[in-house]
Amino acid sequence: MTMNPSNSPDVAGAPGNIEQFSYDDAIVRKFVWATLLWGLIGMVVGLLVALQLAWWPANMETSWLSFGRLRPLHTNAVIFAFAGNAFFAGMYYSTQRLLKARMFSDALSKFHFWGWQGIIVAAAITLPLGFTAGKEYAELEWPIDIAIALVWVGMAVNMFGTIAKRRERHLYVAIWFYIASIVTVALLHIFNSLALPVSFMKSYSVYAGVQDALVQWWYGHNAVAFFLTTPFLGLMYYFMPKAAEGPIYSYRLSIIHFWSLVFLYIWTGPHHLLFSSLPDWAQTTGMLLSLMLIAPSWGGMINGLLTLRGAWHKLRTDPVIKFMVVAITFYGMSTFEGPMLSIKSLNKLAHYSDWIISHVHGGALGWNGFLTFGMIYWLLPRLYGTKLHSLKLANAHFWLGLIGILVYMISMYISGLTQGLMWLDFDNDGYLVYPNFIETVAVVIPFYWLRFLGGVLYVAGLLVMFYNLKQTVSGVTPPEDTKAEAAPYERKPLMGKFHYKLEAKPMMFTVLTVVAVLVGTILEIVPMLAVESNVPTIASVKPYTPLELTGRDIYIREGCFNCHSQMVRPLRAETERYGTYSKSGEFVYDHPFLWGSKRTGPDLHRIGGKYPDMWHLRHMEDPRSMFAESIMPSYPWLLTDQMDLAKIGKKIKVMRQLGVPYSEQDVDNAESMAKAQAKQIADNLAASGVTGMEDKEITALIAYLQRLGTDIKK
Amino acid sequence: MGILILLVPVTLVLTATAVGAWYWACHNRQFDDLDSPAYKMLLDDQEKEDTI
Repeated sequence: MTMNPSNSPDVAGAPGNIEQFSYDDAIVRKFVWATLLWGLIGMVVGLLVALQLAWWPANMETSWLSFGRLRPLHTNAVIFAFAGNAFFAGMYYSTQRLLKARMFSDALSKFHFWGWQGIIVAAAITLPLGFTAGKEYAELEWPIDIAIALVWVGMAVNMFGTIAKRRERHLYVAIWFYIASIVTVALLHIFNSLALPVSFMKSYSVYAGVQDALVQWWYGHNAVAFFLTTPFLGLMYYFMPKAAEGPIYSYRLSIIHFWSLVFLYIWTGPHHLLFSSLPDWAQTTGMLLSLMLIAPSWGGMINGLLTLRGAWHKLRTDPVIKFMVVAITFYGMSTFEGPMLSIKSLNKLAHYSDWIISHVHGGALGWNGFLTFGMIYWLLPRLYGTKLHSLKLANAHFWLGLIGILVYMISMYISGLTQGLMWLDFDNDGYLVYPNFIETVAVVIPFYWLRFLGGVLYVAGLLVMFYNLKQTVSGVTPPEDTKAEAAPYERKPLMGKFHYKLEAKPMMFTVLTVVAVLVGTILEIVPMLAVESNVPTIASVKPYTPLELTGRDIYIREGCFNCHSQMVRPLRAETERYGTYSKSGEFVYDHPFLWGSKRTGPDLHRIGGKYPDMWHLRHMEDPRSMFAESIMPSYPWLLTDQMDLAKIGKKIKVMRQLGVPYSEQDVDNAESMAKAQAKQIADNLAASGVTGMEDKEITALIAYLQRLGTDIKK
Repeated sequence: MGILILLVPVTLVLTATAVGAWYWACHNRQFDDLDSPAYKMLLDDQEKEDTI
């Protein structure tokens, strides 16, 4: 008894007959073009932010073009728009063929495609405008988060529905990788994005401080794991054997490394938080499991590479094989380097430095980028029933891209090592050799130019690809959906007759699944929030004042956390430079936490009281007025834009709901409290020669910065 | 560390789901033949021509 969903061209037949059907190729074509388009856009934004680091005028003194706002646009575009669409393209192509079934619902396929592109456009608009939740790779505000969840559930129903109506009993290993990706990303996204809205485009994370850090990096590393690794391993397991025209080296190995990979990866999040206020046992767990992860990761690498046994000669002539082999090699590199960087002694040197940037881009440009390019060179001609226009150009793309990656990585290795070593350097008398952070910035600028060059080469390669593919498809009408035939596979109902019938109704099933997920989420979250006790471990630590909260939100809006950390590690090199190390109790009211993960500029956790108010005004207006060699963007609009106090009462109210011990009076008097504190700062500034700042955003930001790290001194 | 009151149950649910999936796989004979899937997936294309 085979299924007949409304849009399917399947023909029902008695068991034992061969069924005729066709694969939806149109959806794959859509996803492939989306991959290429967003890849170009995301990487061009990457070029811009790279240029901004090497040459600060590229920030153009424009809020929506400044580094702090554009960096998240770059990361979101390349991860979710480029890698995301690539994942979907390959998944839709391979799943149908591996399961010998057309997608469960063409309507859901389209919903997935257009929904996802809509989300990307929403990101492209909101991120430069400063609408950000302030959490890395999870910056998109809550309405977009909900849209992501809905589209993702729709995709999940489509995939599981296709699995249910398959004609091939065995689930090839690629399908397992897709399933793991779909299920885990859903969980990660939902839990990390939990926030209480203040307004349509502003919310506060339900988690605070150390909790938020743990949830964020549980999410963040598993975004790498289940969005950038497992989906692409699934793609590798399909497209590599296809391109090599030979089976995967060891199917048994693929199963073993799949299960061990998905079990181990979840635990690795704390390796982003080594030497932070996260408890030691959590740090050690993250470190150990990250090291163990080498084994399953390399299982995948070995499997992929050895698939070429007997076919290594193809490397010489076939650009698809070139891209894939190099991609898998970079995967092996990254999954060795990552565990090494998770070791505390090495992490001490590398954390916050450009070494991490090098590591990320080896994986992103090498593994994700090159595997995507190899897959598309193989896929697109087939989707159009034609031949690739030029092998030579594809090979040229390969070399341009590879040299680009190497220039990028090597320049960032040198920069990162330089920074790390300089930051830790003591002389024989026990003093810091480089007490001024700016010295460690100025010296790496040449490497920022080299990195920009590396990116230019990589994008040049992508442009060559565009030209090649345009010539390939120009004038070619896409053929009709690929026809296929297979014997039906009698599927036993998983859960009884009612459920069996329900599984055939895609829209209904999607709606009910969404309801189930939402109910489950709410049932878990509400008790957690109600039970949550927020007793501060440090009595002198108090909530931010309304003005300081306003300033904190400006800090988040401008993306300051992209360059500045707020976590002084318990290392002598840090305590000498910044002050006493950061204690977990200091962050209990930080919704979201702002520990940061990179020091393009110095740590700010102990900045409170270090400089006069006027210093901060001049520094934000033009950082070069305080540090001639600064690469920080200028923020002149903070001195002219009025601070928005309209929502401050609501903000305090929401914080109170999240457990921050504000009083009712704090909610009611928030605006007047803010104005009173602003007047004090403005009077300070007026005494130093700058008047009219009572209602300007700079005053709120100064209030926040001057508060940072001062509570424990009280 | 109160967040663990959320994360540990979530992890257990996830683990239970994974174990359940493993159980289903074993009973659905997914691991009975680990040799032919690697070859079968190569045979699903209709075209014979090279596209490169």
